[in-house]
Amino acid sequence: METSTLIYLVVGATFALYIGIAIWTRAGSTSEYYVASKGVHPVANGMATGADWMSAASFISMAGIISFTGYDGSVYLMGWTGGYVLLAMCLAPYLRKFGRYTVPEFVGTRYYSQTARVVAVICVIFISFTYVAGQMRGVGIVFSRYLEIDINMGVIIGMAIVFFYSVLGGMKGITYTQVAQYCVMIFAYMVPAIYISILITGNPIPQLGFGSTVSGTDISVLDRLNGLGAELGFTAYTDGTKSTIDVFAITMALMVGTAGLPHVIVRFFTTPTVRDARKSAGYALLFIAILYTTAPAVAAFARTNLLTSIPNVSYEQAPQWFKTWENAGLIAWQDKNGDGIIQYGVGAPFAGAPQFTNERGEHNERLVSNAPTADETELYVDRDIIVLANPEIANLPGWVVALIAAGGLAAALSTAAGLLLVISTSISHDLLKSNFKKDISEKGELLAARIAAGVAVIVAGLFGIYPPAFVAQVVAFAFGLAAASFFPVIVMGIFSKKMNKEGAIAGMAVGLIFTFSYIVFFKFISPELDNAEHWWFGISPEGIGTLGMILNFVVSVAVASVTKAPPEEIQHLIEDIRVPRGAGGAIAH
Amino acid sequence: MSLSKEDAARAYWKENLRLMLILLAVWFLVSFCAGILFVDLLNQIQFFGFPLGFWFAQQGSIYGFLLLILVYVLRMNTLDRKYDVHED
Repeated sequence: METSTLIYLVVGATFALYIGIAIWTRAGSTSEYYVASKGVHPVANGMATGADWMSAASFISMAGIISFTGYDGSVYLMGWTGGYVLLAMCLAPYLRKFGRYTVPEFVGTRYYSQTARVVAVICVIFISFTYVAGQMRGVGIVFSRYLEIDINMGVIIGMAIVFFYSVLGGMKGITYTQVAQYCVMIFAYMVPAIYISILITGNPIPQLGFGSTVSGTDISVLDRLNGLGAELGFTAYTDGTKSTIDVFAITMALMVGTAGLPHVIVRFFTTPTVRDARKSAGYALLFIAILYTTAPAVAAFARTNLLTSIPNVSYEQAPQWFKTWENAGLIAWQDKNGDGIIQYGVGAPFAGAPQFTNERGEHNERLVSNAPTADETELYVDRDIIVLANPEIANLPGWVVALIAAGGLAAALSTAAGLLLVISTSISHDLLKSNFKKDISEKGELLAARIAAGVAVIVAGLFGIYPPAFVAQVVAFAFGLAAASFFPVIVMGIFSKKMNKEGAIAGMAVGLIFTFSYIVFFKFISPELDNAEHWWFGISPEGIGTLGMILNFVVSVAVASVTKAPPEEIQHLIEDIRVPRGAGGAIAH
Repeated sequence: MSLSKEDAARAYWKENLRLMLILLAVWFLVSFCAGILFVDLLNQIQFFGFPLGFWFAQQGSIYGFLLLILVYVLRMNTLDRKYDVHED
């Protein structure tokens, strides 16, 4: 069967599965819509959290980033897993005991302030839209790469699917579709990973193959990689190029940001008990760790393969996958010295992404119109190729390629749905019900949530079709802002009885404004100054959330120490959320 | 147990904090210390085909995080019962 037919079949089958689950689990009440009636088993919740958390970027791009940056890529591995330790110990059990529906609701109640709640809602909406725009784009990209459908058409198909199951099913529908999506994506990730591990090292377990020797030699994979890289002038794979303080700050910002992301936190509101909330965090990390410990192994194998099969090989003799992905526009070769041989090394062959002309050169390579740089390297490789091209590199059958397409879509759709739900509940529950229409009936609120979800899908889709130029640069925003706002406010809300409204609002405001200004300054106002020489303490905009978080803590404590302690009933509330007993179902109010 | 409800809750919270701080110290150790601050030093040591610091940064820290949550879940379940604050 043709590979493209297989892709239609596999993707179509997974979409049918998601829709089937959505119909079967549709939500009938606000409690079901917001938190799946708090009836989700910890293992299911762990899988759903994993799918919710692992986005198109984790699935498609992360291994590629690690492959091309070596040790520097570790910030994502540690940063995007270490946050679950904080979630499990500092947030999840207490927020579950609190027993309401949304993160702004906790902030508003704990700090007895409608202002705090509204500030929190604005943060939630900003963070979630930033994030969801990339997901919708990701859906479009997967469609266009594998099925040669226009990116915009791909986004619209994705919108239709997400619209269907998030509007209909709410949290309950999303949870069970995410469980299915997790299974699809992890299977799709592991099959080629296992094959490529066998191909390079002979060991079927990628995590073990990573430390083994290259087949037929007695050199370890990493030594081989360092050696191959050194010949071409690259820094050793196992050494970094970033400064220690920057690696530290980025890792911290990603960890704390993970623990402060509303669509992740809200998953822990769905478990039946406090005990299950803790367990859920453990299962979530287990399911995430399967992918996150495989990714660096895949990165190393794919890089070994790339460095052995491409540099100093004539274009005519390059492997078939090289030409396939050149046709797809992810690889470009500009024969600068006219010798017909592919030179690869440090730097970039030309500025920016390749602009292909419709002509072929004398070796039948696709010509690009970009002006060459002074660097000797002639090869442009899009990082996403590491995951996308794996099945072909390992000579796997067409159905594995189809699986990768379905996995990439599952990763993007599941994250998009989780984010859209958070946006819609913030609007219907935290803005509409708590501010403008306090007497709204449950039916009315549910309808409002569904309308908000529908509108959010359309806005997210528009972001996907007309991506704002800044989308690629704003990932730092989502994590930095979550780290500088929600994490400190929630942690102090649980662990300090003295933290009051004034302290929390001042802390959030200072943390947010500081982090926001720093990122805007270096990313948009003066991008030419965006280098270590001008950064404060050598911390890049990606890591600045760490400083924002520290500022938030310091300002909150200082302000709280000179203002009035929180009222008696709030102190009782804190005592109550600290012990598990009495965590019933969701409190409707 | 002869403790009053409030005393029990207070003692429970104290023991919970202690456990949390110990586990968070390990969290900091396996990621920030072993994988970042002392990575060059640890890279001098070979560990199953990996430079040790690099292994912590790309594999070991994640396994460490998993173990930490496991220990936390088990210890907290015991504490919940010890101070009689568990859910039915």
